[in-house]
Order: sequence, then C-alpha cells, then structure tokens
Amino acid sequence: MLDYITSYLGMNTTPGQAGNIFWATVYILVVFGGVSVAVMAMNWLERKALAHFQIRLGPMRVGPHGLLQPIADAIKLFTKEDIIPAEADKFVFWIAPLIILCASFTVYIVVPFGPTHAITDLNIGILFMLGVSSLSVLGVVMAGWASNSHYPLIGSLRSSAQMISYEVAMGMAVVSAILMTSLNKTGTGTLSMIGIVQAQQEQQVWFLFKFFPLGLIAFIIFAIAMVAETNRAPFDLPEAESELTAGFHTEYSGLRWSLFMLGEYAAMIAVSSIAVTLWLGGWMRPFPNTLSGETWDLVFSLVPGLSFLGLALIAFIGVARMPKHAYFRIQTIGLAGFGAVLGLIGLALFAPPVRDRIQDIFWFVAKVAVFMYLYIWYRATFPRYRFDQLMKVGWKVLLPVAIGVLILTAIVGVIF
Amino acid sequence: MADPITKDPTSYLSHLELGEPDKTFLDSNELIINMGPQHPATHGVLRVILKLDGEKVLGTECVIGYLHRGVEKIAENRTYTMFNPYVDRMDYVAAVSNGLGYCEAVEKLLNVQAPPRANYIRVILTELNRIASHQLWLGTHALDIGAMTPLFYTFRDREEILKIFEKYCGARLTTHAFRIGGCQYETYEGFEADVKKFLDFFPPKIDEYEELLTTNRIWVERTVGVGKISAADCKALGVTGPVLRASGVKWDIRKALPYANYSEFDFEIPTGQNGDTYDRYMVRMQEMRQALRIIRQAVERIPEGPIMAKVPKVMKPPVGEVYHSIEAPKGELGYFIVSDGSTQPYRVRVRPPSFVNLQALDIMVRGALVADVIAVIGTLDIVLGEVDR
Repeated sequence: MLDYITSYLGMNTTPGQAGNIFWATVYILVVFGGVSVAVMAMNWLERKALAHFQIRLGPMRVGPHGLLQPIADAIKLFTKEDIIPAEADKFVFWIAPLIILCASFTVYIVVPFGPTHAITDLNIGILFMLGVSSLSVLGVVMAGWASNSHYPLIGSLRSSAQMISYEVAMGMAVVSAILMTSLNKTGTGTLSMIGIVQAQQEQQVWFLFKFFPLGLIAFIIFAIAMVAETNRAPFDLPEAESELTAGFHTEYSGLRWSLFMLGEYAAMIAVSSIAVTLWLGGWMRPFPNTLSGETWDLVFSLVPGLSFLGLALIAFIGVARMPKHAYFRIQTIGLAGFGAVLGLIGLALFAPPVRDRIQDIFWFVAKVAVFMYLYIWYRATFPRYRFDQLMKVGWKVLLPVAIGVLILTAIVGVIF
Repeated sequence: MADPITKDPTSYLSHLELGEPDKTFLDSNELIINMGPQHPATHGVLRVILKLDGEKVLGTECVIGYLHRGVEKIAENRTYTMFNPYVDRMDYVAAVSNGLGYCEAVEKLLNVQAPPRANYIRVILTELNRIASHQLWLGTHALDIGAMTPLFYTFRDREEILKIFEKYCGARLTTHAFRIGGCQYETYEGFEADVKKFLDFFPPKIDEYEELLTTNRIWVERTVGVGKISAADCKALGVTGPVLRASGVKWDIRKALPYANYSEFDFEIPTGQNGDTYDRYMVRMQEMRQALRIIRQAVERIPEGPIMAKVPKVMKPPVGEVYHSIEAPKGELGYFIVSDGSTQPYRVRVRPPSFVNLQALDIMVRGALVADVIAVIGTLDIVLGEVDR
C-alpha cells in the first residue's frame, strides 16, 4: 500500500495518467476544495474591490475587514428556507443548479496547474473543457423553464442565446491557438492542456505574442467571449438586475441559489484558466527566455514567498491602523493572526523543496487571479449591453474577426 | 391580475387589448409581464404592464397610485402655512423646488413679494437642489443601464449639497426651507463660503461622471436613438423639462416666465436635437453646469436686507385663484390654488412634471426592447411620490 502511494512521487506524469487512484483522489480533493475556497475568497475580494472602486468600504463587520463575510454568507444561505414555487416543475427545478455546478467543477479535471499538477491529462483536454463548460447552459435553460415564471424564462432564453453564440467565436479563437501548437518539426499539434503549454515552452513564446498581433487578437476575442460565456458584466443580461430582477435564478433561494453562485464563480475561474493555458503560457514564469539563467530562476522562485510576505505586511499594516479600542481587540488579534499565518506560509515557500514544487502552481494561479481582477474591474466600469447589441457584437464583430485570425494564422504558419 | 375593486381581470389592460393575459403565456409569442410595483428599476412603486413579443415591446400600460397619499385633499384641511411642509413630500428629491413653487403661488395669491435677499437665497438653494436631483437621476439612470459606479460618485458629491441644506435649515431631504413671504432662516455663518467651495469642488466631479459615461461605447450604444420622442409629441403630451428640451424645444420657465429673480441671472438653456436618451443625458449634464453658473452669480451678488416680507400671521388670501409654475428639475411644476377667503385653500391642484412626463413612456418604448423600457423610465426621471401625490 505504502509502496503504491510513494511510487507515484517519482513519476513525471499526472496521477490520472499514472493510473494512481490514491493520488488522483488527493488531487481531486485538493483541486475541488481549492476551487471552493477560491470562490469564497473571490466573493470577498469582489465585494471588497468593488467597494473600493465605488468609494465604499465593503464588508467590515464580520471579522477584520470582513474576512469572515463569505463564511457568514455561507451559513446564512445554508440555513435559509429553501423555497420551491408551487407551480414549478420540481424535479427540473431541483436538478438545474446541480447541472451547472457539476459542469463548472468537472472541467477542473484537466486544468494544468503544473506539468504534473493536474488531476489528469486528456489528449482532448481543451475540447473536454469547452464541451463540459458549455453544458452549464442546459442548467440555465432548465432553471428558467422550471421556475414557470416570466422573468426567469426571459433570462434563460437570453442566456442560452448568448452562451451559444459566444461559444462560436470562442471556439474559433481557441482553434487558432491550437493551430499554433502544431508549428513544430513534426507538424503535429495537440489538444491536451499540458501539451499546449509544453508547445509554448518548446517554441519559446507565449501564444499571446506569437505572430504578433494574431495571437493577441485571438486572445482578446477569447477574453471578451469568456466574459459573455460566464454571464458577467458587461454581458450580464441573463441576470440583469435592473431589468429581470435576477434573471434565470429569480425564483431560487437559499442553498440552491448559492449553488448557482458557486457554479458561476467556478466557471469564471475555469474559463480564465483556459485563457491562461492557451495564451499566457500556463504555469510558466514570466520572461523565461529574456530573463533566463540561474540567477533569474532564483529571483523568480522567491516571488511566491515574497508575495505572501507582502500580503502579511498588508495585514500587519491593517493591524496597526485598527482603532485602538476594546471593541476592536478581537478583530485586531484575528487580523494579526491572519497576517502571521500568511507570513508563515510565505516563509515556508522559501524552503527549496517547497519552492520548486509550488512554482508552477503559483504562476498559474497568479495569472488566473489577474483575470479575476479584470472581471471585477469590468463590473465596476461598464454599463450593460442590450440584447440585440450583444448578439451584434458576437456574430458580426467577434466571429468574423476570429475566423479571419484563424485563416491568417494558418497561412502565416504554413509560410514560416 | 384582477382589479381588486372591480374584480375585472381586463380592467387594467384596456389599451393593450388582451382578454385573458395569462392564457397566452407560452401558447403564442406574446407575453404579458408585470414590471413592478416591486422592481429594482422602476424607481419606486411604478407598475408597468408590458406586452412583449420575445424581447420586443408591443405596448405598455402604467399603473400608478401605489404611493397615493392624497396630498391635494390634505391641503383642503390645512391652513396655507401648515400645508407648506407637505409639498416637500411630493418630489422628495427636489423638495426645495416644490417649496419654492408653493410659496410663490401663495405669495401671488396674497399679493406679496419676497424681499430681494430672500429671493437670492431661494435661487441658490433651488439651483443646488436641481444639481442634487440631477445627480440622483444620473446615478440611478446609470445603475439601470448597468453602470454601477457612477451612483456612488454622485451620492458622494450630493452629500456636499445636503450638508449645506442641513446647515441651513436642519433637514437634508424634506427641507421645508422657505416660508410664504420669504425665508424663515437667515443664512448661517459661512454659508456663502460653503457654496463657493462647492462651486469649485463640483465641476471636476461632473467631468468625472462624463469621463465614465459620455464617450463610453456601451453607454452610447445603449442611449443613442433609444426612447426617441419628437418635439411635436412632447408638446401634444405636455411633456416639459429636460425631456422637452432634449427634443429641441427651447422652453424653460426660468427664461420664459421668470419667477423669483431668475431674470437677473445670465444663463443658457441647453437643448438637444434628437430627443433620445443620450440627448436627455447631455441636456441634464449641461444643466448642472448652468445651475453652477446661476449659483455663482447669485452668491456673488447676494444683497443684505430683510428675508421676510410682511405677511399676516393668519393668512386669509382674497377670494380668487392662481396658477403659478416653476421650472423644477424634472419639468414644469405648477400649483393651482383656489381660495375661498378662508384660512384654508378651497382646492389645490398640483401639476407634477413626473406625472405628465410619464405619459410619454408608451410612445417612447413601443417597438423597442425590454432593456430600453428600463433606460426610458430612468431617462424620464420620475419620482413616484410626485406621480401619485
């Protein structure tokens, strides 16, 4: 048994490929748990960042700087009454949020956090991701239909139309990136998520900068389409609050509603990781070829630890700025504790064995975090598109440009 | 769906020509949905019945009255002075304008003139209130169209105006700032400095709002050509205020029938050409700048002197009637007061701009999309307290 467990450690593949069930289970638990935690952190971060965009403080009451707010929210949602409308189709109503949740969590099976840090590596990885993530539209339609109510119905109709039309442009952009993977000596490309990043490693360039500006345009198309795909501002028409109250999940409450939210945020992270994998070099650290060499490797390998120490420093500055009053004593201690934990993690990340194993995961997560921030930024800045304009952008702008980029990529790829 | 009084299911749906609305749900392309009275974007308790074909609006019907408090009837049982605070509760985001209109109407009836200093104070506060009202409009309108952030910026800056109100009369929203015959309160120490500070503080903030919206591609797409209304339609429906001006009619009661001492100030009436949501937005943005101009002139020229005309303690206006209208932030706000010679008005009729402007909703959204209904309700700048009274 112990041999079975330790045997994987020497291997150079993902646990799924190695067929090691124990480590696969561990990875599944870690990834799914990590995504759930990331969703909660994202929830806090979104409220906080959005608040600061809007000259507010955001959550400040539950825990220091509202750090425990997501937990409080979760408890609230779990204990809330779970209402199923009398006229609703109960089974469909019940299963719709589960479909969305499953669809948005299943894609994490192939997300490559590092050359070996993925649950498994399918040879059709990217296809699997696009396919499964687009299943969530089914849940949206079912939710809207089963509610048997006008606003959810309109919301789900909008949503299905939107998600399907943006998937087309998204697919075209993805194909142009996949085309780039085949530009090697053998001329064979790959659909495997890990393979795509390795192709970027071999070609010594992120596909974002490949055939400039073709890669960049494809990336921008994907970046726009993925916002629409996940129903986020400025494409949040399916749940346009000011128009449809809450769109397809108007009739949902409590736990079921929280499943929608969980699914939505998980999907956001999932599509961001597609973008990172395809265009931003996945787990690779920035500037691997211009700033190469032992020294730079060392410098970049210290970044994870330093960034955690930086977060700890921010927490300690927060401690220093806390009001000196008995009411705030527990909060101050809590924030200091939080800072200490962050600092310890940061110090632990300096240890060479940890440092080497965590590198890939850190850079991947950092790149995804940039996208998460962009999502919040969009939401704070942009008004909402109207339905016909949304369709116009999708079909008349993004799709033709994506096809053009695809054709040009193919031509340029053959010539050079 | 039935009317709670007549129990008649079709009574609300007269011009939409629908027999049994819910039967058509899913059986045909037509869909009836109720927007409101509990809806995040109807600015209160407005209920709009929408007849939709998919996303397309085939017709609308507004159901109002959810906030009816019988203000006009209350007036008949109050003395002229006692009714004064009630008018603040109609358009509660522009309470100062309401008070000005009412006080001037009664003054006209009593044939008294507010002293010059009182008029200057009135103009300063009313124009500040116009800015506050437009800020609230801008924030909520942008929120309806999906831009969340301008709301918080406008509320931050509106706070400065409300602080001036609070310092002047103790109240922030329903100010009851004016009395019949002038003003109750002398300006506080540093009033002029505060106003001047605001005058310097605010123009960069307008630029900030405009930076977020005016050239924003999505904002332009969402507003240009949306909710178009022609000048002829505006006149036919009696639409006034920025909505009328955005359609190209240069009609502003401050210039056309000057009241208070607006004739002494130099300002322009911003107009649009297309009568769409974007033009109304631009007109209101420019109006804020013009209001600043008026305030600057007023605060520089404010004379010393009494702030209250000689009015009797017990007001008994002579028998007669009077109509007096002012340019409230939302349009023409008129008071028609009939006096029977007693201490209480015989009848007060208010012509609220929001109520009249709301009539234009159907013309503006027919053939548009659901999202446009929201944009148009926002651009009409209605306050339900004033619509229902």
